[in-house]
Amino acid sequence: MRYAYFPGCSYHGTGKEYELSTHAVAKKLGMELVTIPDWSCCGATASHGKSHLLNIALPSRNLGIAEGMGIDEVTTGCAACYQQLANANKKMIENEDLRNKVNSITGKPYKGTLKVKSIVEAIGIVDPETIKSQIVKPLTGLKVACYYGCLLVRPPEITGFDDPENPMFIDNIMKLAGAEALDWAHKTECCGASLGVSNLDVAVRMIDRILAAAVESDADCIAVACPFCHLNLDWHQKSVNRKLRKSYDIPVFYFTELLGLSMGISPDELGFKTHFTDTKKVLSVVG
Amino acid sequence: MESINVNESIVKNADFTEEIGIESGQPVQKCYQCGKCTAGCPLTFAMDYKPNQVIRMVQLGMKDELLKCQTIWICSNCSTCTTRCPCNVEVAEVMGALRIMAGKSGTTPPGKAKYVEVMYDALLGTVERFGRTYEVGLVMQNNLKSGKLFNNADMGMPMFQRGKLKLLPTKVQGAAEVARIFAEVRKMEGGVK
Repeated sequence: MRYAYFPGCSYHGTGKEYELSTHAVAKKLGMELVTIPDWSCCGATASHGKSHLLNIALPSRNLGIAEGMGIDEVTTGCAACYQQLANANKKMIENEDLRNKVNSITGKPYKGTLKVKSIVEAIGIVDPETIKSQIVKPLTGLKVACYYGCLLVRPPEITGFDDPENPMFIDNIMKLAGAEALDWAHKTECCGASLGVSNLDVAVRMIDRILAAAVESDADCIAVACPFCHLNLDWHQKSVNRKLRKSYDIPVFYFTELLGLSMGISPDELGFKTHFTDTKKVLSVVG
Repeated sequence: MESINVNESIVKNADFTEEIGIESGQPVQKCYQCGKCTAGCPLTFAMDYKPNQVIRMVQLGMKDELLKCQTIWICSNCSTCTTRCPCNVEVAEVMGALRIMAGKSGTTPPGKAKYVEVMYDALLGTVERFGRTYEVGLVMQNNLKSGKLFNNADMGMPMFQRGKLKLLPTKVQGAAEVARIFAEVRKMEGGVK
């Protein structure tokens, strides 16, 4: 399967491990990810609160470029980029007036012929036998709390590929990788997203709840699918410990890192060394 | 909150109620105050008005109170409310429409809300300039404008050591094209900072 790939602005910064592990896993699965040339920011979580037009125009520039690549589907790892691209795609297809208006200002007109998929969906729809055939080092005994957050599964009329209240795509991928996917309470609770930058005192309370639920479910680690979720749960674990006097020490991975590990890809190649939480604990469980 | 005469505000601000309905694309009048949005909201602890109250206040035309409240900025747009509303009111979209209107009114949001607007502006400022979000520039701008100079400062060195901190921005070839999007939106709508 070929996809036009949107890396998203955190690809070489805070979301580095996601970028590395996504490409490594895609290669194993025979998925071709062709980067959208000269892609620009999708508006992230900010343009939604500034202007409806801007919020559609920023992602649409990228859809316009992708449409010229001769590939039918766009995919991206970041949950925020995914929701922005999927939202703009839906509105541009459904609303001709809006499409004309947006196309008049982006310089990259978009006709509305593409499908947008999260990398979670793109990997999740690969034939399970194909995935299984690549698993050489099953994550036997590893208990994973799969965390989806908000933007990957909500609102359902934009995302729609998985259940908004009890999504299972990452759980199923983790099971194929040989891990135990836990039934736990906070799969889709918000991590606070950019409140981690603007109002850390607010965000730590949200992060705390998620970490507490994961620990309570006896998880060895948390698997995420969004650079912001990762930043908040991984890096800000320290902030939660400091500000709320907790002592969390639970590793947080992108689901692609864990899948890649089960495929025999080396931890270094997947980005295990650049986490803020201790990833060695997980390596010692799976050997 | 001071006591207000809602009969008066409904009549006086009927345009406001209608505009928020149109801008958000949501049938705000359908809300019958079941409270499900507030029950599931992960951020009520930091809000001055709860999500169901915000919808009621839109129905009652309480424009001034809404445009200067913190809730519309604290909302993280997680859309739990939207997903669960039995009347199909996308509450997060209503919050977004209020946020846009408040931003255009030019008033500085109160308390914690101020920092949210500063962060949005810092992020979009880097996008307008470089075509992509520049994480380091974003945090620096954010700290200068919020006055919280050392916010996330403890992040710098550990990030750098992990190769996660790109000191220089990547400029998109089509950065001028992206800047033009901002300029055109400003021309069409006014008020986008």
